[in-house]
Amino acid sequence: MQKWVCDVCGYVYDPQVGDPDSGIDPGTAWEDVPDEWECPECFVGKDEFSPLDD
Amino acid sequence: MNTAVFTGIDWVGYVDWNVRDFHGYDTPRGSTYNAYLLQDEHTALVDTVKAPHAERLLANVSGLTDLDSIEYVICNHAEPDHASGLGRVMQACPRAKVVCTEKCRATLSGYQDTSAWQFHIVGTGDSLSLGARSLAFLSTPMVHWPESMMTYCPEEKLLFSQDGFGQHYASTGRFDDQEPLETVMWEAKTYYANIIMWAGKPIGKALEAASQLDIDVIAPAHGVIWRSHPSTIIQAYKDWILCKAQPKVLVVYDSMWDSTGRMAEAILEGAGQEGVSAKLLSIRNSSITLLATEVLDAAAIAFGSPTLNSTLMPQMAAVLTYLKGLRPAGKAGFAFGSYGWMPGGPVAVDEYIKQMKFELLREPLTTQWKPTEQVLQECREAGEILAERALKAGCAQDT
Repeated sequence: MQKWVCDVCGYVYDPQVGDPDSGIDPGTAWEDVPDEWECPECFVGKDEFSPLDD
Repeated sequence: MNTAVFTGIDWVGYVDWNVRDFHGYDTPRGSTYNAYLLQDEHTALVDTVKAPHAERLLANVSGLTDLDSIEYVICNHAEPDHASGLGRVMQACPRAKVVCTEKCRATLSGYQDTSAWQFHIVGTGDSLSLGARSLAFLSTPMVHWPESMMTYCPEEKLLFSQDGFGQHYASTGRFDDQEPLETVMWEAKTYYANIIMWAGKPIGKALEAASQLDIDVIAPAHGVIWRSHPSTIIQAYKDWILCKAQPKVLVVYDSMWDSTGRMAEAILEGAGQEGVSAKLLSIRNSSITLLATEVLDAAAIAFGSPTLNSTLMPQMAAVLTYLKGLRPAGKAGFAFGSYGWMPGGPVAVDEYIKQMKFELLREPLTTQWKPTEQVLQECREAGEILAERALKAGCAQDT
């Protein structure tokens, strides 16, 4: 599953891990993460993220 | 006056006895901008000072070495209180290269004309040999800006922690064992609460990375250097990243004709139980700086405002906006206040508390015009709920 990286702080959203502290279960694809979700490290929105090429 | 930290490593910064307002943060004890000179085969300067004091920094450095011997200026953080002096330093030190992260170069370029500067870009795992000593770099994004890093000298087990572990505290002593520790810890707590409380997760990551290093001395960018008590400040940070609560209750309020004030006093009365520290804080005479510091380790907080022009009082809106931005974690509380014909004030306070993700202990406690004895009794009971919550936090602390 495609990972996404925060352009501001470098946090990586890994769909296999999700973001359980914010109610995003492991296995949640980026497209299914709600629009109002914030980067857990710097709090910017999804629009500040880019696809991460491993 | 320069101060040796180790042989060949000197503090060369500026003690700002006069600063009282640090972008809205009250600094009754002034501050310092710490810069450090490492003399070696290749001489390096770690950070600079705020631009108006750059000549003092250059004079300090000149007292120890020629300015054209500076080969590296490490920039751990691009914020102007540390990096605005870079312009003058780069002018005066013709051989110097700026050593920083890629994001730091971009941020510096957003503030200053860096076109003539040479850069040496670094990240986690990179190092620089100065001769007898070396420097290793640790990128620490969001501690407290995206571009931030820390620098470590393994030969001396010395961490240049930039704003981390810092205090806005001007003093003649440069070290933690030369100043009253209680005062220094208060200023460190105030700094944490007001500048970086929101960054608990990234700070936790940085602490973990730092725990892999052998650290004897921590040299921050503001305040005293931790050479005798580094484990004290590290342990404090471990508590603060969790906003670890003491058994403490706050009643924070504004009032127009003392009705909300009377409610606040009654809540305080109820909260003043055995084993609980309860404080009444009118925002009319408590700075946002103090409020943030008190909120950091409070367990339960009641916020009160009457209604003014259909909503909460503007200074309370300022307080709540500020606290919301700092993201205090794991707190509980409720809203209260009196009103004339619309409960918009207390309702707006309640909305802020929800946005701050507090555990809401009850619906807004409101009254019209002036609280009756029945309403005051309800306030005392609400205070008791705050105290109960605070005692639970205190117990959790002991386990």
